[in-house]
Amino acid sequence: MTAAIELRNISKSFGETQTLRDVSLSIRPGEFISLVGPSGCGKSTLLRILAGLAPQSGGTVSIDGAGVDHLPPSGRDIAMVFQSYALYPHMTVGQNIATPLRMRQLSAAARLPLVGRLWPGQSVSRARIGQAVAQAARLVEIEAMLDRKPAALSGGQRQRVALARAIVRRPRVFLMDEPLSNLDARLRVTMRAEIAALHRRLGATFVYVTHDQVEAMTMSDRVAVMMDGEIVQCAAPTQLYDNPRDLRVARFIGTPEIATISSDELIAANQGFAPILPRDPAIAAFRPESVSLAPAPEHLQLPATLERVEQLGHEILVFLRLAGGARLTARAVAGQVPISPAGQRLDLWLPRRTPMLFDASGARMDKAPQHELAHAG
Amino acid sequence: MNTPYRFRPGQILAHVILLFLAFLFLFPFYVMIVTSVRSPQELFVPQFRWLPQQFTGLQYYIQALTEIPALTFLKNGVIVSGGILLVQLLTAIPCAYALAKFQFRGRDLLFALVLFSLTVPIQAPALPLFLGLNAIGAIDSYFAAMAPFFLSVFAIFLFRQTFRSYPDEIIQAARLDGMPEWAILWTVVVPGCLPSVAAFSVFSVTAHWNDLYWPMVVIRSTDLMTPPLGLSFFADSESGANYGALMATATILTAPLMLGFLLAQRHFVRGITMTGVK
Amino acid sequence: MPADLSLHAPKAQPGRLGAVLPPRIAYGLAAPAVLLLVATVIAPILVMIALSFTDYRFGEAGLRWTGLGNYLQLLDDRTFKRALWNTFAYVAMVAPASVLLGLFLAVLIDALDRGQRFYRLVFFLPVTATLVAMAMVWKYLLHGTIGPFNLMLQSLGLPSLDVFGDRDLALAGLAAINVWSLAGFNMVLFSAGLTGVPQDLYDAAAMDGMDSRLDRFLNVTLPLLGPTTLFAVVTSTITAFKVFDTVAVVTRGGPRGSTDVLLYTTYLEGFSYFRMGSAAAMTVVFLAIMMVFAWIQARVLDRKVHY
Repeated sequence: MTAAIELRNISKSFGETQTLRDVSLSIRPGEFISLVGPSGCGKSTLLRILAGLAPQSGGTVSIDGAGVDHLPPSGRDIAMVFQSYALYPHMTVGQNIATPLRMRQLSAAARLPLVGRLWPGQSVSRARIGQAVAQAARLVEIEAMLDRKPAALSGGQRQRVALARAIVRRPRVFLMDEPLSNLDARLRVTMRAEIAALHRRLGATFVYVTHDQVEAMTMSDRVAVMMDGEIVQCAAPTQLYDNPRDLRVARFIGTPEIATISSDELIAANQGFAPILPRDPAIAAFRPESVSLAPAPEHLQLPATLERVEQLGHEILVFLRLAGGARLTARAVAGQVPISPAGQRLDLWLPRRTPMLFDASGARMDKAPQHELAHAG
Repeated sequence: MNTPYRFRPGQILAHVILLFLAFLFLFPFYVMIVTSVRSPQELFVPQFRWLPQQFTGLQYYIQALTEIPALTFLKNGVIVSGGILLVQLLTAIPCAYALAKFQFRGRDLLFALVLFSLTVPIQAPALPLFLGLNAIGAIDSYFAAMAPFFLSVFAIFLFRQTFRSYPDEIIQAARLDGMPEWAILWTVVVPGCLPSVAAFSVFSVTAHWNDLYWPMVVIRSTDLMTPPLGLSFFADSESGANYGALMATATILTAPLMLGFLLAQRHFVRGITMTGVK
Repeated sequence: MPADLSLHAPKAQPGRLGAVLPPRIAYGLAAPAVLLLVATVIAPILVMIALSFTDYRFGEAGLRWTGLGNYLQLLDDRTFKRALWNTFAYVAMVAPASVLLGLFLAVLIDALDRGQRFYRLVFFLPVTATLVAMAMVWKYLLHGTIGPFNLMLQSLGLPSLDVFGDRDLALAGLAAINVWSLAGFNMVLFSAGLTGVPQDLYDAAAMDGMDSRLDRFLNVTLPLLGPTTLFAVVTSTITAFKVFDTVAVVTRGGPRGSTDVLLYTTYLEGFSYFRMGSAAAMTVVFLAIMMVFAWIQARVLDRKVHY
């Protein structure tokens, strides 16, 4: 009940504009992979091509080694959950969930509205469908709502119905297109956990599209970051955070955003950086964790002024500014840093080792990340 | 296409069917125009010809304008439907504004009456209206042709909806600036709701330009006849034999609305379909 | 929903404009419309209902209360019963045909890559045309001897039909005119309904295995057009029920009463024979039926919000 997916050199253009350029991605059986990126990066288009809802301009899609480009969406053994849930408003919850099975297991005549039920020889199929629907509904805890119409449900409940409709036919692959973006913040956290649990339970391959990096990081085995129609990096969440291949990835992943500073400015602020930075100009990047507000061994001190402080309760974010104008953010435990008024001097310390370095085009300079690349296979 | 799974029959088949139906739908218009420029003798040969054998040019149009008072019918159409529209706007807009933005005793009753009256066609109060107009000696006058329509409950209903969604803050700001209420309505609110006014105007003018029933009840003299009444009167009096002149007149009297429609399709479609009723 | 501007006036100071408004402003604004409403709708309807219980004839000085006399007479009146029957038969032809044709046109046009504007224009044209004028064209088109329709039948070797001279065909002929003039209206309603069907639903349908066009049409498009369809049926019914112009211009109720319809019969009773009392009773019947339709329409509009 699971499948590997292979996207090879997928491209897509709408007239002049190219929304996908030569995208390749191998997805392992049973993997939970997220496609994440800012809106317009092509992640939804890629998902629709994978589903068969939109034809690609070039490249091939194969599932378990077999090309599926010639197959309609229903022939690919995949299910999809839509951002709007796309529930049929005129059907009850039960009928919505049953639809994929009705379409497959009932004859064309038995599917006809109104008169279809009169057709002979469908009671066995109907009973089987009824059981499958009940089971799927139980899995997402909506058994009590099977007779209601979608309009009578809350957003979270509709979400569950959409999930049940996807689960009911036990597909090998689940596609989810921003399924949580219409829910409120609290519900989103709950559903995140439930979808992750569902993935473990079903063991199927999940491809999950989102613009929310937190969602992608918390749920996925691997995250593919897409920018401008390309996969910039595809790696496990911790790898993406610690070892981004590209400055755009570094900036997109992590809140508060990674701080950047030119190597020249860094050396100007403390000559101790000169030996550990390359001769060519480069952009150094620091996560808030690596910025320290107290002297520490093997750290270099930089004079800075305090710009502002954000209290988050369990921690505080301290925004600092170097003499050269570059801004850095430090994460500190609440209460451990004396809060001084903005504009005051507050020095910071950075580790005495080569930081993440990017060249002017945004590519990683210090070392090529040695783990999996987007263009694997 | 990027939406391959919408329901789509084949393009060519759809065009073939639609072109055939379009031909059927347009055929009466074609016949109207072609008959107005051909000699009547051609009509009585047992064969339909697409083009006139003997082209009569503007002969029947001139006849329509001189012998049949087509111009008078047009003028009456403009006066009657224009007059009705003017009074409708002047009375319905303030009432709708009061219903939308004020709270007063009897407001709900008034709105209920409006909703009830929406379902009442002109034929229901026709007998007493006729008797009343007769009693004051107004039968066979422009006033009689217009009076029953001076109040449009549909306009009240429509403008109330429009005004309700007009932001209260702007009205309050105008009041704080010391503008009197009628000035707020006519110089602030109404200019902000012109699309509704346009749609209603189209609706009202088409309805009353095309109305046959009420003019038939109250108009007697040819001088005062509106286009549909004038046309049907002419068709009777000539016993329908002069097809050329009849079709020329029909073309002339239909032309204003058709031209308006071709020039402002969007307003027409909106104006006519927003009601559903009428 | 915006709140009322006037705010419930606490009984204190008249205050500045903008804070508290005296209700007389509202009354002033509504007064002309209220007066007209009473004069042109409410009072005439009350008078009409009162008239229906009298034997009043226009031009005669006195009148007598006859109670339910007029209504009882209607029960026996063959002309009236025939008119009522004809009207319903007419509605039964016009409403379904114009709704189905409108739906058919809208679905076909919606599927087009190009030419949508052109077709919508063509099919809406009859809606705007002056019906009286076009009815005369139709009368000639379907004329028993010289009408192009008959010439076509003859050229195909078929017997000619005198549509408006034939008792069995005249009403259907009038219905054809009305279908022609109403289909474009319904087409516009359905076109709006079709654009309201979200693309996502078709995507979901494709995922769920609705591979054939017919499946998607029957399971997605048609059910989602349900509320639009109900609305179109009710409005078309009301329009067809009020048929008058074509009868007055084309057939005058003939041949031999086969196209007598409710409004035309009522018109003749009141304004040709001047029997105001019985005309008023007929109008009450007409109005009652209209009220039923309006009630259904209101219910339909309520349901429309449902999905």
